Amino acid sequence: MLRYLTRRFAASVLILLGVTAVTFCLSFLIPADPVRMIAGRSASAQTVESIRHQLGLDQPLPVQYVRYVGRLAQGDLGRSYVQKTEVATLIWSRLPATLLLMAGAIFFELLIGLPAGVYAAMRRGRTADRGIMMLSFAGVSTPQFVVGLLLLYVFAYLLGWFPLSGYGTVWHLVLPALTLGIAGGGWYSRMMRSSMIEVLRQDYIRTARAKGLSERGMVMVHGLRNAILPVIAMIGLDIGIFMSGAVVVESVFGWPGIGQLAWQAIQRIDIPIIMGVTLVAAIAIVIGNLLADLVTPLIDPRIRLR
Amino acid sequence: MSAAWKRFRRDRLALVGLAVILVMVGAAVLAPVIAPYDPSEQFFDGLTLEGAPNPPGGKFLLGTDLLGRDLFSRLLYGARTSLIIGVVANGAAVILGTLLGVVAGYVQGWLGAAIMRFTDLMMAFPALLLAIALAAIFTPSLWIVAMVIALVNWVQIARVVYTETTGLAAREYIEAARALGAGSGRILALHILPHLVPTILVYATLGIATTVLLEATLSFLGIGVRPPTPSWGGIIFESQSYFLSAPWLVFFPGLAIMLLALAFNLVGDALRDVLDPTQRGR
Repeated sequence: MLRYLTRRFAASVLILLGVTAVTFCLSFLIPADPVRMIAGRSASAQTVESIRHQLGLDQPLPVQYVRYVGRLAQGDLGRSYVQKTEVATLIWSRLPATLLLMAGAIFFELLIGLPAGVYAAMRRGRTADRGIMMLSFAGVSTPQFVVGLLLLYVFAYLLGWFPLSGYGTVWHLVLPALTLGIAGGGWYSRMMRSSMIEVLRQDYIRTARAKGLSERGMVMVHGLRNAILPVIAMIGLDIGIFMSGAVVVESVFGWPGIGQLAWQAIQRIDIPIIMGVTLVAAIAIVIGNLLADLVTPLIDPRIRLR
Repeated sequence: MSAAWKRFRRDRLALVGLAVILVMVGAAVLAPVIAPYDPSEQFFDGLTLEGAPNPPGGKFLLGTDLLGRDLFSRLLYGARTSLIIGVVANGAAVILGTLLGVVAGYVQGWLGAAIMRFTDLMMAFPALLLAIALAAIFTPSLWIVAMVIALVNWVQIARVVYTETTGLAAREYIEAARALGAGSGRILALHILPHLVPTILVYATLGIATTVLLEATLSFLGIGVRPPTPSWGGIIFESQSYFLSAPWLVFFPGLAIMLLALAFNLVGDALRDVLDPTQRGR
């Protein structure tokens, strides 16, 4: 177990180093010169040179990369071109809102996906099953900004049940979290359905059926317990999808998280913020994958660690 | 193939999906013929007296947008943007992914390992943020957007093709072909690639749905295809601030995006059931 842990951990660190290499290279492809962005257009050649030297941009690339990783390791993500504040500070202050949104999204996707998947598996091949699968396909095929704007129109504008935008109360959370949860619920209902069908095909289910247990009792007692765990273990993998979704949903609902920060940065081509959010998201994804890998063997001892 | 078509034909949802795709392709190709107006013409009577867009009905079938342009005509031309990007970007992603996946799976060694570790790396990036970073770097045009999406979307197909290729390369008939003196190129072309076609077909179809959604999202964020080229996501982006009073400007393009992505998802899923031998008889 310890060896497995160390190996997985080392692999994650390597991936993160690779991620920093990619963001480092990307920041060189940008046509806008960071020195000019800081110094302004009217700066003299001498000022430009001194800023270039200050930033270490006159050093050879490998040296710059090592320094870049060194700064990142200390939590320094650079400065925003527009707001002149530390990117790390900006991201840190907005992270709680995004985490709250993700927690709400996980709640909704499980609330929608798990019961729908179980029900579809029990009614396999019938109209209800087809209907649920069709709906879950529609859920994953609708862009999140369309879902968000429609929910906003119906439940906030027409019915007035929820606030139009903003942050602060649990009512503000419902619509954005539901928007993210609808697409996720589509995936979960499909996974839950196939996991349930797989379990219902096992020998011990046949035994239970032979003993005269009702179909419903079987699903609830034996099926659910075994089928739900591999599905729950997937939650760690959602983080990547949510990180992308957060940019869209937070901009639709005016939710003050890192997604909105990234969206505002896009409008002003504020590259350090975009790179910073990308890096933080990548770290979150790597942690999520690591968690999924660690949780799976814990809940299913049949899965051997390699 | 005809057996596969017979099984495909039994899937009614997939047939509906196929019909939707055909209608959309027809609409895109025939847009200049079907469209009642020029998509970028700003009509004087396209706006109400207060300067608001016209609701659906009357002279303008689906209403007008904020500049008094006919929404139906814009949607028809927008179908071109979505489909061109869907086919070009996804085609490039499929070619790139297949190439890298086959090489990694057949050659193995350090090159294969390097390619697969690079896909691990790409998986750690959230697709949309990477696309945003790339789109912020290059000024987006139709082809740049397609390229950005291809650069983000090749990863999944490379990993699937890699797994399949390693399985195939270990088979005895490959060893037999090599013993008979066949070179790597011949083995790849005659004995490996043909067996990959069903998998590639499934992922290429599903990939178009992903591509259409990603393009729409980039356009919605204002970093997709540049106006005046009509794009469904772009129409929603332009009308966002006005959508509470003109919801049709969000509803119709949103419906179009959903229908197209749903159709490709349904067809791709049915193809998987039909073509994947492990799914047979279920």
